[in-house]
Amino acid sequence: MKHDTENSTVPSAAQPGRAPLIAMRSALPWIIAAVALALMPVVFASGSALTIMNQMAITIIFALAYNMLLGQAGMLSFGHAVYMGLGGFFCMHLLNQVEYNELYLPLPLLPLFGGLFGLIFAFVIGSFSTRRAGTVFAMISLGVGELIAACSIIIVVFFGGEEGVSGDRTMGPTVFGFDFASQLEVYYLTVIWLLLAALGMYLFSRTPIGRIANAVRDNEERAEFLGYSQRNVRWISFCASGFFCGIAGALFAINFEILTEENLNLATSGSILLITFLGGVGFFLGPVIGAVVFTLLQTVLSLYTELWQLYLGILFVLTVMFFPSGLAGLLAMHVRPWKIGKLGLLARPYVQIAGPGLIFVLASAAVLEILFHARHASIGAEQMSLYGISFNSHAVAPLAFALIVAAASLFIIARLAPALLEAWGDANHGDSP
Amino acid sequence: MTRPPTTHAAVELQNLTKSFGLAKIIQGVDLAIDRGERHAIIGPNGAGKSTLFNLITGKYVPTSGSVLLHGENVSGKKPYQINRMGLSRSFQITNIFPKMTVFENIRCSLLWTMGYRYSFWHLIDRQNSVSQRAEEILDQINMVARRDELAGVLTYAEQRALEIGITIAGGADIIMLYEPTAGMSASETNYMVDLIRKVTEGKTLIVVEHDMGVVFDLADRISVLVYGEIIESDTPQKVRESTRVKEAYLGSVLEEAN
Repeated sequence: MKHDTENSTVPSAAQPGRAPLIAMRSALPWIIAAVALALMPVVFASGSALTIMNQMAITIIFALAYNMLLGQAGMLSFGHAVYMGLGGFFCMHLLNQVEYNELYLPLPLLPLFGGLFGLIFAFVIGSFSTRRAGTVFAMISLGVGELIAACSIIIVVFFGGEEGVSGDRTMGPTVFGFDFASQLEVYYLTVIWLLLAALGMYLFSRTPIGRIANAVRDNEERAEFLGYSQRNVRWISFCASGFFCGIAGALFAINFEILTEENLNLATSGSILLITFLGGVGFFLGPVIGAVVFTLLQTVLSLYTELWQLYLGILFVLTVMFFPSGLAGLLAMHVRPWKIGKLGLLARPYVQIAGPGLIFVLASAAVLEILFHARHASIGAEQMSLYGISFNSHAVAPLAFALIVAAASLFIIARLAPALLEAWGDANHGDSP
Repeated sequence: MTRPPTTHAAVELQNLTKSFGLAKIIQGVDLAIDRGERHAIIGPNGAGKSTLFNLITGKYVPTSGSVLLHGENVSGKKPYQINRMGLSRSFQITNIFPKMTVFENIRCSLLWTMGYRYSFWHLIDRQNSVSQRAEEILDQINMVARRDELAGVLTYAEQRALEIGITIAGGADIIMLYEPTAGMSASETNYMVDLIRKVTEGKTLIVVEHDMGVVFDLADRISVLVYGEIIESDTPQKVRESTRVKEAYLGSVLEEAN
């Protein structure tokens, strides 16, 4: 065959001075992302949509930074809100300095200072917390997280006690005529920092230290016998993560103009772990997917139901149980069928199962909603409205109907499942052409 | 890295002991291994071979006595510090980076000695000298065809060969291998011995091995460790003839081999 002539032992990678700084092929996704982010406000122009997108961008940076530890360096932190929160508090104080003491600091540069503060704090805490990985690191992170959260109530000067610290982002010098009073200007500021931070974290994963962090994650003993101090590798990863967390904190300060104890507490630390895991720790884009899904559930679903956290929890449990590599892993499972040109085999079973699946989800949610309403409705307010239908939540019929629909759709799903599994097997069978 | 004058042995153990609680596992070992020597350590199960190995490589700290590398005392130094002085090891249980590709396993092993250390200002794919060196090592261990496989999915013999590659990649001049042919078929063992001989050319080799065929084939000198003491340290021929060794250990093993 014609390939035979190309089979030589001469290394293919050794072509010095030919590759541009970033190859076009790897730059393309970033350019697409940048264009898409730039056009988002055209599609979603309302103020609340902008707020949601800002929140999403901040959560994405935070989740990516968290995954530098969890996914890239194998460190499970239970107190990572601290680094974002402290970066945010510090920036809030800087904003107040700008406002009252006429400190000269253009707003677009603020995230850099938030990042530096996160970095400094991660450097200090990391000096002792990164000595060991695994459970020891997790426990120290939990302890430090709780400590700082407790401090936020006690040290009122810095943390502002229970009402937190607030400020005004518009008091700084204008930059090219922008004073950042409008939500749209803040959106563009946030997404520019999102792109910078995400690119920075992506490139970090492709540096020697980024790769050695993977090596330490996989096998810390082996890495030590290659000349690397596992502790230093973890420490550097920790500092880098702290830096990007600080950037997220600064953007939070700019967007919401207030930071409270909630930005530091264990609930926030827990949710970033949940977000990252939901998206998939093994993939660079995993935390991005997790952050988008989580923010949508948190902001949009919470408008419709008080039970949104329950649904989020169920989604999380199902993901951990059935797709431990997260939503990104679920997508990545389809790469192989696509590469061998058999993705089409899955279309039919997917379409077949989508209808009953959707009905099952809606009916199950209806059961939960009816039960919740029946238990918590105030006396006399027995009417509830669901999917545009109004009915009495205390009556038996609606609940029974929802249960029957859920059971029936589950039955149909169970009948369709073997065909789906078979198609899945077929779609993954065979070699690349 | 500057090397001390050549008068020193590559590895020297002086009255080395190691206890775990009350159990004295290594009881006063003196041994000097010259540069370029292929030295095998043999002994029955429980003799303390792995403890001795771990003392030299810095995984354990000696209870007393010292370990000298090129004349410099390294007792109590961390594994990574000892590695930076030019000593590299393999493990009893295959010890690779299973979730990385074969190429990346080798590339990671090169980074420290090629001066990249903790760099976050280089993009690794653009460091052609590293990639080139990694390809050369892949070629040396005959794994070019497996370049992009995840290390975790390789066969056992391939993983062992990869581990040899990881061990030698950094250019260490003292190579320590722990049972490199354990669990291998006869043909795999032959292949491995040839590979070891090829990649450790001109280096100091210390090998712990159970397969006497491999030991007598490969070693310039053999030390026999029994109950934490070296009872003989000599050329393969002399060790084979030693009555002490026969009584303590080799007699039964050699008979089996015959």
